[in-house]
Amino acid sequence: MSETDNQRKRMALIASKGTLDWAYPPFILASTAAAMDMEVGIFFTFYGLTLLKKKLDAKVAPHTNPAMPMKMPFGPAGFQNIEWPMPNIIMGNVPGFETMATSLMKKTFKNKGVATIEELRDICIESNVKLIGCQMTMDVFGFSKDDFIEGIDVAGAATFLEFAAESDIQLFI
Amino acid sequence: MTEYQEDQYLDCKGLSCPLPILKTKKIMDTMNTGELLKMVSTDPGAINDMQAFTRRTGHELLESISEGGDYIFFVRKT
Repeated sequence: MSETDNQRKRMALIASKGTLDWAYPPFILASTAAAMDMEVGIFFTFYGLTLLKKKLDAKVAPHTNPAMPMKMPFGPAGFQNIEWPMPNIIMGNVPGFETMATSLMKKTFKNKGVATIEELRDICIESNVKLIGCQMTMDVFGFSKDDFIEGIDVAGAATFLEFAAESDIQLFI
Repeated sequence: MTEYQEDQYLDCKGLSCPLPILKTKKIMDTMNTGELLKMVSTDPGAINDMQAFTRRTGHELLESISEGGDYIFFVRKT
């Protein structure tokens, strides 16, 4: 690329989680860093690997997120501001609760003008963010390369660590 | 307030972080050096974000104005 590549900042991210709420940080950070002319690589490992699937199906799990504010993304303003106390016994035992919570979260994000994970991932690809799938995770969970989007690399820990060793920003998500 | 004649106008009203920055980057990539972009956002975080973006990328943030709930930015491509 340009001769000032040695001055260009580099960021290495490890994405280890696959729920909807945890899908946002790596894609937001990567797309924004790329917009700021940084070189970015994301290593998707364990549940993070599901974020490279052709069809994204990330859900949010409220019963493992006690800090999640539960507000309704519809209705009059006063109603929308209510934080609903949700006992674990309901969250963990009502079938379909996770699906409902995922729908509500997506609606909330849409209301507030937040990009979808798909949009952010597309922007990462357009901006030449390196998307790397963890070879070991693929083997362990029985994924094949066909399950994933085009243009990803597959590598192991040592390969990614070499990239990370030369990075200015290294984050584990 | 100085009167600017922008070459491109980008409406980011109603969009949350990081979309204002991502869309600004995308449109600036299509512009020629010296051209002026006017971007409008309703995200208060855009004020600091646009400063950081222009510092990092070397583009010139000529002015940022707060008007009602809108934040208006004039950026020249360098």
